[in-house]
Amino acid sequence: MEPLLAVAIGILFAAAVYMMLRRSIVKLVIGLMLLSNAANLLIFATAGLVRGAPPLVPEGLSAPAGPVADPLPQALVLTAIVIAFGVLSFAVVLVRRAWEIVGADDLDKMRDTDT
Amino acid sequence: MTPQIALPILIPLLAGAVSLLFWRSRSMQRFIAVAGTAGLLLTSLWLLATVHRDGIQVMHMGGWTAPFGISLVADLLGAIMVVLTGIIGFAVALFSLATVGRGHEAYGYFPLMHLLLAGVAGAFLTGDIFNLYVWFEVMLVASFALLILGSEKAQMEGAIKYVTLNLVSSVTFLVAVGLLYGMVGTLNMADIARRLATLQDDGMVDVLAMMFMVAFGIKAAAFPLFFWLPASYHTPPVAVSALFAGLLTKVGVYALYRVFTLIFHHSPGYTHEILLWGAGFTMLSGVLGAAAQFEFRRILSFHIVSQIGYMILGLALFTPLAIIGGVFYIIHHIIVKTNLFLVSGIVHRLRGTYQLASLGGFYRSHPGLAVLFLIPALSLAGMPPLSGFFAKFIVIRAGIEAEAYGVTFIALLVGLLTLYSMIKIWAEVFWKAAPEEEPDVVPAVEPRAMWLMSASVAGLALCTLFIGLNAGPIYALAEASAGQLLAPERYIEAVLGSGAEFGTVGEDTP
Repeated sequence: MEPLLAVAIGILFAAAVYMMLRRSIVKLVIGLMLLSNAANLLIFATAGLVRGAPPLVPEGLSAPAGPVADPLPQALVLTAIVIAFGVLSFAVVLVRRAWEIVGADDLDKMRDTDT
Repeated sequence: MTPQIALPILIPLLAGAVSLLFWRSRSMQRFIAVAGTAGLLLTSLWLLATVHRDGIQVMHMGGWTAPFGISLVADLLGAIMVVLTGIIGFAVALFSLATVGRGHEAYGYFPLMHLLLAGVAGAFLTGDIFNLYVWFEVMLVASFALLILGSEKAQMEGAIKYVTLNLVSSVTFLVAVGLLYGMVGTLNMADIARRLATLQDDGMVDVLAMMFMVAFGIKAAAFPLFFWLPASYHTPPVAVSALFAGLLTKVGVYALYRVFTLIFHHSPGYTHEILLWGAGFTMLSGVLGAAAQFEFRRILSFHIVSQIGYMILGLALFTPLAIIGGVFYIIHHIIVKTNLFLVSGIVHRLRGTYQLASLGGFYRSHPGLAVLFLIPALSLAGMPPLSGFFAKFIVIRAGIEAEAYGVTFIALLVGLLTLYSMIKIWAEVFWKAAPEEEPDVVPAVEPRAMWLMSASVAGLALCTLFIGLNAGPIYALAEASAGQLLAPERYIEAVLGSGAEFGTVGEDTP
């Protein structure tokens, strides 16, 4: 299962970079979305995939018996998803405002601040 | 029980929340801005005094002991950075009272400023690498919103570049944290450092070190990852520029110092060599970019980049003297750079433009302002007896002692070119006669606003003079902090216990 997930994450990263290299700012934001999701999946995969072994401590014991899934990366992913959601919604609004104010969605036309 | 570790984070968070409650009351928000930043400054001084006296301070949040819970750790470098945050926050809050327009205040300028300060202070004080990511994001979201306050065309264009590159940096950081967790199974920085030391797989460690270097390098605006900075820092209201210039890139530099002294210090021949090259090119490209500019704030923005090079140089040389120089440089730079941006703000408030060609005659009309500009400008260029002289002197001396002659030569050359840039601003804005054509009509400045602006600029200029004239005690402080950075086992011991000779472990915290 891990190799398959690794390939999927790699494809997501590649797609994200490709979209970010386009000139349209809408595609840029789509690229950022893919990028953050690829990162989330990668964190999820770093703990190793364990099937059907929730990290629950049985009654009367102080530690779970046998190997269980690591819950910490899932907590990390949850935090990262929330943060990415906030930041990306900001980015979407920014792109819309930029389109309204600049009147273009082409990054090549946004060079006023570069010279 | 040491509440002063958490207070520099809690006070700005609370001040931000309370000023949100007073959304419609402009005067209340302004009062909280001054009170909150003053509180931050006072508690940060308390923290520095405690850390200076008793060694590294640790607080385990929620009573969960390290490495299971999130720890707040204040060593000398972190405490110094928090004090600088307090100074800059207070100065910028005063300056904002006079310059930030009603329109900006109505859209939540002050709550965002508090949130930004909370994020910065949190990043300096956390001892948990994922928590560092969270504080980075708190800081970034606040900075995004501050950057586009006012919605001008240039701000939108600058913000798209700023947001994109900072998001890429955050994702790189997040991926690196995930992979690091996969390798060592812990997030506490002290625990990571301890476990990495016993790990054999050096190749993967170097890969992770490079990922952290790229992530923090983007935040710190190091070569070749600095392009977002000069594209965006000259667009927002000047108080925002000054706040960003003083604090945001330095959080990246701090993170580099923390990670490359505590965690990735095992193969300096590889990682610190790359940092050394990066430092040289950062200095050179920043100062050459500034030489080509004729807009007040753009010149200063490029100089942030070149000065970052000196700080990274201190880390890259990785000798005790070089780290002392780097810490000294950070202390000097944060104050001086914010000061220069604030001076540019006063000039803009008086004449309505940042273009050097349309400015002039300030030495005749405002001689006091000219002096207030000269102090930080000459300090930035490294003139004795100001703070920049000692900062550059220590870093360059460390370079010569480490026999890194090429990069030392670049550092000296960049000092000269910095002087050229500052003289250019001096000649154009202050010395030459005011241009003939009638400038844009600017509303007259009230005496009270002028007094507030001058007070914050003069206060920072006094800090610069103080550092320059008391270089001995500041050097001793930087030396003590470099001593802690170069002995990571003291940090590890303070966090993870095993002998409580360093730091009090507040296990009974609520």
